[in-house]
Amino acid sequence: MAYPAKLRVWRGDTTSGELQDFEVEANEGEVVLDLIHRLQATQTPDLAVRWNCKAGKCGSCSAEVNGRPRLLCMTRMSIFDEDEVITVTPMRTFPVIRDLVTDVSYNYEKAREIPSFTPPEGLEPGEYRMQQVDVERSQEFRKCIECFLCQDTCHVIRDHEENKQSFAGPRYLMRVAELEMHPLDVADRVGDAQDVHGLGYCNITKCCTEVCPEGIHITDNALIPMKERVADRRYDPIVWLGNKIFKRDGA
Amino acid sequence: MASPAGTSPTDSPAPVRANTAPRTRRTDRWWLPPLLTTLGLATFVIYATVRSFMRTDYWAAEHHYLTPFYSPCLSDSCVAGSSHFGTPIGELPVFIPLAFLSLPFLLGFRLTCYYYRKAYYRSIWMAPPACAVGEPHERYTGETRLPLILQNVHRYFFYVALVITLINTYDAILAFGGENGFGIGLGNVVLLLNVVLLWCYTLSCHSCRHVTGGRLKHFSRNPVRYRLWTQVSKLNTRHMEFAWLTLGTLVLTDLYVWLVSSGAIADLRFIN
Repeated sequence: MAYPAKLRVWRGDTTSGELQDFEVEANEGEVVLDLIHRLQATQTPDLAVRWNCKAGKCGSCSAEVNGRPRLLCMTRMSIFDEDEVITVTPMRTFPVIRDLVTDVSYNYEKAREIPSFTPPEGLEPGEYRMQQVDVERSQEFRKCIECFLCQDTCHVIRDHEENKQSFAGPRYLMRVAELEMHPLDVADRVGDAQDVHGLGYCNITKCCTEVCPEGIHITDNALIPMKERVADRRYDPIVWLGNKIFKRDGA
Repeated sequence: MASPAGTSPTDSPAPVRANTAPRTRRTDRWWLPPLLTTLGLATFVIYATVRSFMRTDYWAAEHHYLTPFYSPCLSDSCVAGSSHFGTPIGELPVFIPLAFLSLPFLLGFRLTCYYYRKAYYRSIWMAPPACAVGEPHERYTGETRLPLILQNVHRYFFYVALVITLINTYDAILAFGGENGFGIGLGNVVLLLNVVLLWCYTLSCHSCRHVTGGRLKHFSRNPVRYRLWTQVSKLNTRHMEFAWLTLGTLVLTDLYVWLVSSGAIADLRFIN
């Protein structure tokens, strides 16, 4: 059954902006992105919104709906009351470009700070052999669609712009964990996780896990295991002594 | 305003964000979970503090029920029968709890627990109070410096908590033999339930998960530890539930022993 939905959309650019109210037809089974597209088609042809797959797999349409970081294409209209005002704003953590589109280049910079996969010396592509049981832990992290909702919701940078210098955010700390847990990666990533990527800033409040549209257990499976590995290296004299005595590098 | 959007945030002194005026635009009752968490934690802390210093009604002599808040009781100040490991320590002044050897470590274990950290960082320190709700602090350094960097000692509290849970288990087993020999009462069920959940909470700890196998890079070379890690990981997904359940069962166990010991209620006996 169609009904006129009440949308409040942030419109503006780098100089100024405001929330504007619209009434847009909503039909059964639609998602917020459908209404944004209908708004664009019928009332605001110059409304900027980034989108692509409409299937929750490309990670393009990240925004905030009623203050919660979400994919517009995965937010069903049926979760709202028909007379509820639905506020759609761009991701707060990143600089706005226009309307609902933000500049997420911070994330690409942080990605470039992480050394890529480093196989053992002499092992050429095509010669990689590993057990499934050894790679499945890091395979969970490869489900990431890089929507950056976890980065957007993380209070370390959401509320503190100054921390962007020293904190890579949950998405890229998860990338560090993915490589650190990879059975063939030989790079030393534990020290960098703390010193370069700012793992110590994370206070494991799990908002990244809550907003992840892929359901990746970022905190429990990536961030906390990395914190424990840092503790092995920096804060656990018994592990340190054991490594020295048995001349091991972490099994 | 600041530099144009698209400029690198690490180069830019103040990137232009959209619409940052309100603390949050969330329209749900985001304040409810932190409020309930604060009330829950405060209730436990007040109850546990009062009971730890009371020094009365912690040992039901007839059925040999000992409350976990007084275990191990190693002082001459402990009532007769409650010291399962003797009394190597003399009289203790009233301002020192009789279980002073276990309580600080249990407190440390829970304070540095990854779940409780989330709980109190959100609800008490409000960093952040809820997801996508602005925190009130001007600066934030997380766990990068003192005192919060000390959270990294969690594993040591875990090791001690293992020993204390063993002691609690021993107490619960001894409680099957009261003054009249072997018997089972409701108190035994309560003590046993508490101990089972304490094991679940302790073994589901993230440090336990790391120690058993999480730190390995090659599970295939360590099949036994991989198996252990798998089991601990299953428990670990319920760590939050166990954290709250054990707060409840600790209070319930203590309250039951208190009521039986003071004569307010009689223990419901099933056998003997």
